[in-house]
Amino acid sequence: MKYTAMRNKVAIGLLVFTALSQPAFAGKATDTLNAAFSNEIETLDSYKASTREALIIGRHLYDGLVSKNYKTGEFIPELAESYKFTSDTQIDFKIRKGVKFHNGDALTADDVVFTLNLVSGPDFAARYAIAVNWIDKAEKLDEDTVRLTMKKPFPLALEMLAGNLPIYSKAYYEKVGSQGMAVKPIGTGPYKLVELTPGLGVKLERFDDYYKGGQKENPQIKTLKFRVLPERNTQYAELLNGNLDWIWRVPKDDVPRLESRPGVKVENAPIMRISYISMAPRVPNSPLADERVRKAINYAINRTEIRDAFVGKDYRIINSACNPVQFGCETDVTTYEYNPEQAKKLLKEAGFEKGLNLSMVIPGPAAGVPEAIKANLASVGINLKLNSLQYSAAVDQWRSGKQDLSYDDWGSYGVGDVGLNVVGNSFADTGEDVVKDPEIIPLIQEAGRIIDMDRRKALYSKALKLIAEKAYLVPLWAWSMNTAMAKDLDLHVSPDEFVPFYDANWK
Amino acid sequence: MLSYAVRRIAMACLLTLFVSFIAYSLIFAAGDPAAALAGNASTAADADRLRQLYGFDRPIIVQYLHWLSGVLRGDLGTSLYFDQPVATLLLERFTTTARLGFFGLVLALVIAVPLGVVAGRWPNSMVDRLALLLAVVGQAMPSFWFALLLMILFSVKLSILPASGTASWQSFVMPTIVLGYFSMPAIMRLTRSGMISALESDYIRTARAMGLSEARVLFDYALRNAALPIISLSSAQFGFMLAGSVVVESVFAIHGAGSLAWESISRADLPTVQALVLCFSLFYVFFTMVADMLNAMLDPRMRSK
Repeated sequence: MKYTAMRNKVAIGLLVFTALSQPAFAGKATDTLNAAFSNEIETLDSYKASTREALIIGRHLYDGLVSKNYKTGEFIPELAESYKFTSDTQIDFKIRKGVKFHNGDALTADDVVFTLNLVSGPDFAARYAIAVNWIDKAEKLDEDTVRLTMKKPFPLALEMLAGNLPIYSKAYYEKVGSQGMAVKPIGTGPYKLVELTPGLGVKLERFDDYYKGGQKENPQIKTLKFRVLPERNTQYAELLNGNLDWIWRVPKDDVPRLESRPGVKVENAPIMRISYISMAPRVPNSPLADERVRKAINYAINRTEIRDAFVGKDYRIINSACNPVQFGCETDVTTYEYNPEQAKKLLKEAGFEKGLNLSMVIPGPAAGVPEAIKANLASVGINLKLNSLQYSAAVDQWRSGKQDLSYDDWGSYGVGDVGLNVVGNSFADTGEDVVKDPEIIPLIQEAGRIIDMDRRKALYSKALKLIAEKAYLVPLWAWSMNTAMAKDLDLHVSPDEFVPFYDANWK
Repeated sequence: MLSYAVRRIAMACLLTLFVSFIAYSLIFAAGDPAAALAGNASTAADADRLRQLYGFDRPIIVQYLHWLSGVLRGDLGTSLYFDQPVATLLLERFTTTARLGFFGLVLALVIAVPLGVVAGRWPNSMVDRLALLLAVVGQAMPSFWFALLLMILFSVKLSILPASGTASWQSFVMPTIVLGYFSMPAIMRLTRSGMISALESDYIRTARAMGLSEARVLFDYALRNAALPIISLSSAQFGFMLAGSVVVESVFAIHGAGSLAWESISRADLPTVQALVLCFSLFYVFFTMVADMLNAMLDPRMRSK
């Protein structure tokens, strides 16, 4: 990271120093939005994609039965005209009439039934099982009604149906299969595919037969071009010379310099992702088995100072293991303000007066925040060994109980419900539950299988209070994302870390 | 000559197999391939499912042999990440990389050989000193830095060359310069030292005594002898360019084989990594072999070795 950071600084310095000519922004003139991503777009079969970038493009090619309005938190009909819960495990959807696929075929109830049964089948292997493994079956009741049956009551059904369960064309899928959908997809979405080269880029064009109704009904910009530019500096160069109109995930340190360029503006938007440090108290002979040690770690870390220095003030400090905008995120929990004296006192009480050794695994570079945490802990007598590893090696070490702490972040798939956040994932006796607290497990498990939202809220509240009280993790902050774009572009990142290019506009 | 070639080819095949098995095992040593493939938003359950689906839980040797039997039947498999046939993917990426590598090498040779000849003919002259300076800078300057400098000058400031991509021939100008400049110093210095030692030998004195022109002495007599190590080095450089131009490819967003290899390793796309490693080692072995053959043609003494 140091290496990259140095490169970034050098490059930006030079860019500012030398690039004096006024950039010519061409996107608006040709009604083409040129955007760049660092990650490769692996497949356009959204059920097989794992990168956020591919999933974002998927939401332009396909529609789901419903969608979520992030301003009101409501679910809005999309391919379904309306829906009704007939029981805790059944939803009936009235399918919208007059919807066309990009190849001109009309959408029917058969397409919906086919897609839902296909992707939830045992042989399909959807990349994220959580999106589909709750579906028992879908049946056609009449020409435009589909009944969806769940295996058991699943409170996140609508969240999943909104964006995570795109509807495919039965006839087309049967012809081309998943491999065909990966490179030449047909959907009902507001944009259709013009061209895709795996790993290189995607070109989409507005679908003029797109139906009215739903949130994407009014796509403005005619052509969307996504390119894969792995180097951040190349993205900056292309943005400054006008070949790009939009880039995202701009690090804090680069913002002032980009902002100072004519024709470029930087926007900041809060997103669902949170950062935290997990603790593994069950590793044999771990000092973390002692609650006082876990609390001492919480007291010893100066979150505000570290945040200001490394990620910026736009990130919001959190005290609970969730993002406060999510349903069920209890914020009235035990908090641990920075207090190194208290930390030392607790360590002394726990018998670690002379200090102790701990390890922390980081799925990525250790420079920055992890180093600062190490320094904080050193000042109270905890010697932290940082193990910076590639993601796959890091999770392997963590899940097999070889590390005391883990520095990580989680985006909840952009879903505004704590059921998919760390609390729902890592305290429910699953493969990533390193705590396995018998008091917490039943609470989370119950909240995951009932529909009664008030009851769920109460259960999560109790669980989150317990997690904070027992100091099982160090909640750090909720993220915020910087995007840099041409001044004449109007485009905002949604809180779910998805980008609605169908809402983009030229000013 | 024939038995020499057969011996070389047999050795090359064994070497390739060995490299590919090591590469296969290394992916497993580097972490959980199922987790890498599932991505960083996956749960332990997602990784478990993929582990079973793709058989990552079987012994490595069994998986390797399974893969190898596919390769022997001409099937490189399907990329676990792109869900596309590996062969198609590789063909696309290698075309780009080979083009870039070829341009880079030609540029390096066109500059390095004449400079090296001149520097070797007049050691410690002004030209030699300048060439040395050029070589030291080329060797010492990190390629990403040089690439960014070019990008700032030609695409941001002057707006005459595209900063990234492979859309037109202009896109290849800057990457070729960076790649060529990087491999130029070694070739030049080798030419220079080869020329110096060749020019000191008896046959050159004889050639001069026979009254041959300086150009014939330099290029027909001295360079032909100095060329042997240059050919070996250039072919190794070309092999390196096919596999190792990751930095240049990444800065200029040229999606070639180098960057595909780098990305595929981090996401444990085993069939793609394996096919790439196989191709890289085959190329490397092939070019080294071609160099050996060329050398054997130029120098009859080598054939009997």
